[in-house]
Amino acid sequence: MGIDIQQALHDVQAPEPPSVDTGGLISTKKDPRPERSETGVWVGISAIIMTFAAFTSAMIVRQGATADWRHFELPKLLYVNTLILLASSATLGIASKRLSAVGRLATAQEQSKKMYSEGMTWLHVTLGLGVLFVVGQFLAWRILVAQGLLLSTNPSSSFFYVFTAMHAAHLLGGLGGLIYMIRKFGRTNGTARTTGLRAMCTYWHFMDGLWLYLFLILLVRI
Amino acid sequence: MHDVSSQPATHQHTAPTGFIRKYVFSLDHKVIGKQYYGLALVAVLVGMVLSWLLRIHLAYPSWHIPFLSKISASGAPNGVMTPEYYLSLLTMHGTLMVFFVLTNAPFAAFGNYFLPIQIGAEDMAFPRFNMMSFWTTFLAFVVMMASFFVADGPPISGWTAYAPLSAVGGDAGPGLALGQDLWAISIAIFCVGSLLGALNFIATTLDLRTKGMLLARMPYSTWAWFVTSVIALLAFAVLLPACILLILDRVAGTSFFIPGGLVLSDKLQPHSGGSPLLWQHLFWFFGHPEVYIAVLPSIGIIATILPVFTRKPLLGPRALIGSMIAIGFLSYMVWGHHMFVSGMNPFSATLFSVPTLVITIPATIMTLLLTASVYGSKMRFETPALFCLGFISVFISGGISGFYLAQPSLDTYLHATYFVVAHFHFVMAVASLFGVFAGTYFWFPKMFGRMMNETLGKWHFWLTFVGVYCVFMPMHYLGLVGNVRRYSAFVDDYLAPLIPVHKFITVAALLTGAAQLIFFWNLIWSRFKGPIAPENPWEATSLEWSTTSPPPFDNFGGKHPVVQNGPNEYGVEGADGTDYVMQSAAPRRA
Repeated sequence: MGIDIQQALHDVQAPEPPSVDTGGLISTKKDPRPERSETGVWVGISAIIMTFAAFTSAMIVRQGATADWRHFELPKLLYVNTLILLASSATLGIASKRLSAVGRLATAQEQSKKMYSEGMTWLHVTLGLGVLFVVGQFLAWRILVAQGLLLSTNPSSSFFYVFTAMHAAHLLGGLGGLIYMIRKFGRTNGTARTTGLRAMCTYWHFMDGLWLYLFLILLVRI
Repeated sequence: MHDVSSQPATHQHTAPTGFIRKYVFSLDHKVIGKQYYGLALVAVLVGMVLSWLLRIHLAYPSWHIPFLSKISASGAPNGVMTPEYYLSLLTMHGTLMVFFVLTNAPFAAFGNYFLPIQIGAEDMAFPRFNMMSFWTTFLAFVVMMASFFVADGPPISGWTAYAPLSAVGGDAGPGLALGQDLWAISIAIFCVGSLLGALNFIATTLDLRTKGMLLARMPYSTWAWFVTSVIALLAFAVLLPACILLILDRVAGTSFFIPGGLVLSDKLQPHSGGSPLLWQHLFWFFGHPEVYIAVLPSIGIIATILPVFTRKPLLGPRALIGSMIAIGFLSYMVWGHHMFVSGMNPFSATLFSVPTLVITIPATIMTLLLTASVYGSKMRFETPALFCLGFISVFISGGISGFYLAQPSLDTYLHATYFVVAHFHFVMAVASLFGVFAGTYFWFPKMFGRMMNETLGKWHFWLTFVGVYCVFMPMHYLGLVGNVRRYSAFVDDYLAPLIPVHKFITVAALLTGAAQLIFFWNLIWSRFKGPIAPENPWEATSLEWSTTSPPPFDNFGGKHPVVQNGPNEYGVEGADGTDYVMQSAAPRRA
């Protein structure tokens, strides 16, 4: 066919912006500035890191303030949820690669269609896994409630609910972004610009990392 | 159009035609900037009236103010406010001024309007987020103002909302039920709006600079808004979780900040083990950077405006920008100096005292650079220039008292006295507002296409300048002789001999406040009747002066300017015999 699909799958970076004639006043090399969506997502991630750093320090200070901290066993379901979230990151990665290849394969209709269709499928799978994770977290809460551990029972349970709820709230934002992407690529048959999708991937992978951190600190502290 | 070279722009969105999209839910950063400015004007008017009421009560505690009883029959029976209602109004004065005026006006309002234009962009990076940012802030304002009209009025816990008072609920006093709920919710909403705004400022500065607008060529105001947005991003990201925990303590029965064994109104509170100090740490981790969120944009505005009127370049531009960045960094290491008397470890006090003294170094460098830049200049004494000089004056006056308060041994005595009130009003409030005034007189022609009245402007400056010194200078004295703050009156008290000083301050505050009516009148009159402003009335260099007044929807009429000079080209050989070279003009000959 003359088109190397594998190469296209690997080469998912945005095309270099055309150099602009500036009359020799400034460099005409590739503009090193990233896309605004990518900058935006990294700036947003910085703020989220700061928020959870504040929650973490609050937990450490509160635990040391008074000897009323009650340890309890975390629901086993959280391990399953963790695997679901990790899987969703993998599926989003696959979706991103497929959809990024659509533009590159524009001249090869069949491959392009295949990539689009597969990419959309994986996006939907990611959405499903994301929803499953949130439902799983809700079920984990139900398990704790059944044990009599409510939000106000003990500072340890308070922080458990705060951490998981805040993470879930941020993940819901990610799910909103996924739905937006699905609609955007659906409308354009996969030919939409992929910078937003890349930013979406960064955010989603960060949600993974954030959850791993939160899960770890909950395991250690609670 | 003054720019000699430009390239076609790509429009992010087209100009709206309907009233709602054009003026209300607008995506245009210029409209949003004006909306922020308008909101700040409303907030400052309310905050100023509150300060009048507080001052009148302090000096003349038995005076009847009839309309007060209409706002709150229980808070001000017969028009005389109760001590608790005094604290309620004090809380609202501080909250409105710090959040909705000092954060909104110099940073969000001017930043929104001028940051994109100064870097040659046609809008913010995320216009929809920008719109959301304003309307979220507006919602926060509405929720905050609602606390005036609920049964027991606004909270009495101050703008710092110290726990456990702010966390325990209505048993602890008036305003601590629904009023405090509204306060906490409002501030949480405000945090969201500020985070969205900061995100936009950062992404816009990093990604949307026009060709040739290197970081080193950005005007000082753009630098200040950029550094401030980084500070705001990290600071509000901490205040938000603090508010969430506070709200949970109040409504969900958790014990993050409330210790055990509290008996209030004969009721044992159903909480145990919480740490009130935790709130202070979280709050001041935000609270001290907030001081710089208020004042850094004004420093940037002053540094941008001053050379326009001295007609010579600002000294040490890199040192100035470096100092801004240093202040931004150090602002996160000093929060504990607000807590010297909170009972924390004395060694911690030293730990916080040292960086507090260190942070005065970049602040001093900036002040010296601004002052030295005036030396030997042929200054044009127009209103923006006067406010620039006024800024330097009040910033120094307020800064000097900071040296004393930075030392734990002195702060132990001065803490919670009027000395502190004088300090932060000078260095943060008045300095920041002088930056806003300078910015208003300077940029009004660009924003509205008409010049402001110079005579009224000068009257406004001199009355305000003398007025603020009459209000806040005596407060240093009050603090030194031990006059504590937050008391509603000093009658029949060992502080009664100080009442004449309070009367003097009150009269000065009323007159200074009245002088602001000149400013309001000037704004309204000039908006409709002011002389038509040319493109570049002040002969300034930055990009906003290379487009029409006011700028078109896309800022540069379908083109992006190409920047070829720094913003500091004053006192040079410009085109047509002028003494300046615009950023978008051809570079001057060596």
